[in-house]
Amino acid sequence: MVDREKLYQAILTGDAKSARALTEEALKESVDPKELLDKTLIPAMDEVGRLFETNEYFVPELLISARAMKSALELIKPLLAEKGAEPAGRVAIGTVKGDLHDIGKNLVAAMLEGGGFEVVDLGVDVSPEAFVTAAKDKGASIIALSALLTTTMPAMKKVVAALEEAGIRERVKVMIGGAPITQRYADEIGADGYSDNASGAVALARSLAAKVPAAA
Amino acid sequence: MPVSQPTIPRLEEFLFGHARCPVTCGNHLEIGAGTVIPEVNFTLQAIEICPENWADIREQYSLMIEDLCRRAVELEVPGILFEFETLPPMTVNPAWGLEITEILSETIDRFHQSHGLRAALRLTPNDTRDHRRPPRMRSGPFWEGMVEFLHKAPHAGADLLAIESTGGKEVSDEGLMNADLKKVVFALGVLAPRDMEYLWGEILSACEGTDTVPSGDTACGFANTAMVLADRNMLPKVFAAVIRVASVPRDLVAYRVGARGPSKDCAYEGPYLKALAGVPISMEGRTAACAHLSHVGNIAQAVCDCWSNESVQKVRLLSADAPTVSLEQLAYDCRLMNVAGQSREDARKLRDWLVESDSALDPQAYVLRPDVVLRIASEIAREPTPYLQTRRAARAALREINRAFEEGRLRIPDRERRWLERLAKEAEELPDREEDLIAECLPETSRETFLPEEYGLS
Repeated sequence: MVDREKLYQAILTGDAKSARALTEEALKESVDPKELLDKTLIPAMDEVGRLFETNEYFVPELLISARAMKSALELIKPLLAEKGAEPAGRVAIGTVKGDLHDIGKNLVAAMLEGGGFEVVDLGVDVSPEAFVTAAKDKGASIIALSALLTTTMPAMKKVVAALEEAGIRERVKVMIGGAPITQRYADEIGADGYSDNASGAVALARSLAAKVPAAA
Repeated sequence: MPVSQPTIPRLEEFLFGHARCPVTCGNHLEIGAGTVIPEVNFTLQAIEICPENWADIREQYSLMIEDLCRRAVELEVPGILFEFETLPPMTVNPAWGLEITEILSETIDRFHQSHGLRAALRLTPNDTRDHRRPPRMRSGPFWEGMVEFLHKAPHAGADLLAIESTGGKEVSDEGLMNADLKKVVFALGVLAPRDMEYLWGEILSACEGTDTVPSGDTACGFANTAMVLADRNMLPKVFAAVIRVASVPRDLVAYRVGARGPSKDCAYEGPYLKALAGVPISMEGRTAACAHLSHVGNIAQAVCDCWSNESVQKVRLLSADAPTVSLEQLAYDCRLMNVAGQSREDARKLRDWLVESDSALDPQAYVLRPDVVLRIASEIAREPTPYLQTRRAARAALREINRAFEEGRLRIPDRERRWLERLAKEAEELPDREEDLIAECLPETSRETFLPEEYGLS
């Protein structure tokens, strides 16, 4: 019987090799992949997020854990798909038009993946139309926008407007973040949520995913 | 421009306001010749840069420079440097950036003629090659737009031309996020120097035959990224301190090929550049809190020649618009330095107070101590190539930090100490030969973000 605590620790310490091996072992023992994900892997990543939020972990440690999580997820995802289980949500993430900063966006993307989300990374300098296309063609139910410059913040509003114009605003949730962004700005442009850090973004995405209309 | 050995041999001579190779620019403005002057940078509030908003944008810049010049005259500053750092669309569309340059330059000239204001305009276009991943470093529309901008800048009124070049940033970003010292050294010591030699050839050619001074480059996209991430507890501060020092050799490339200073304000590694290249330096510290926070607020000022604010938005404060407020704060700091500077003994005393008030509290401050700078600069100067200089800089910084911590002269939090050991090990493992580092790093980098051929590697 695989030691779940060892798997939990492998994620926590970013030991990708052990995380994969222990996941493989658990699956061979017919452990339910959804149960393994929900009861061991996601709680481990939540603890990583907590350690980061309390300033015990730095980003490199967080990323190493996210990679260990990814190596375990690579084994679990196909099995979940076979059973018709959906990921925690599908997020299209990008830095808005005119802005080239991607460090924060990459960090949030890694944490979302680690949190069980399927992430479509659109890159930097992303046009409103590209976000709309991701929502339409790739089935993203959450759009995550990043901006570092005050001068590119207005591009976030344009994305919200483009989603409205495309007639899909009701079925898509918009979350925003970046150094100059505030909750007030999120409210002002009609975004559904704001987070000032990467692990907070995962919690936000979970709460938004729960609010996405079932038809989406 | 000498860069192979420190130009300041003794700590007693390492002072604010005095550089080995002063620069004269603009309206009879001397920098580094004994007087510290303010450098003011200012920017717009959140606004989309587009044709519909262009009239408003022009007016905003016009109002800012008019107010700044008027207040500079009222404060009787001995000289002033204005920096216009374009917003990305203004480099992509050079006509926009050049139009604002002309507005600023004409106003500065008018105040020189009417009030005798000694001033110069530093123009810093964006390195827009970073707009795409993988970036094209020597061709394509971003390169062409930037080159057009650079060549037209002197004729639009730029007295100084600077840049924050981004060669190697696509690799450094990944290295920083993973605290991967080898990868960052590869970016700073191998990729950036190759790119800077090429890019600076273009900048020097743009300035040739004009009065525009090729001033400097900065490791902002590398070391300041690390600094800001460390300030947000995302990276260890010891790592950010090492990256700061490791960024010195890439900056030196600009001065080796012909840049003359002053260095860019956001190049916190400036003291090393002053020590090694003899150029005057612009620095920013607590006065840049309007743009970003740091742990080097006082020590950054210790040996500056221009004292800057990094950038401030045009927002209305109780007294005046924020850029004018920022200028006033800088001007008073400069007054104090210039009075202290009348006696070498007083100048050293003020310098040392600025140093001692910060240096024990953060490794990023510690590596800016003038005595530490001179020791590490001597080591860097002994190495023949940018890569070996970068490796030496990283190792020397770690040694200095470790020693200061062990001797109780530097405070390092518990959670950072494990990183000192890890980084020291990684620094020692860096290969002797640049070719070996390249061979190790190329397979570890993704072609989706980085193209070796853009740096002459394959």
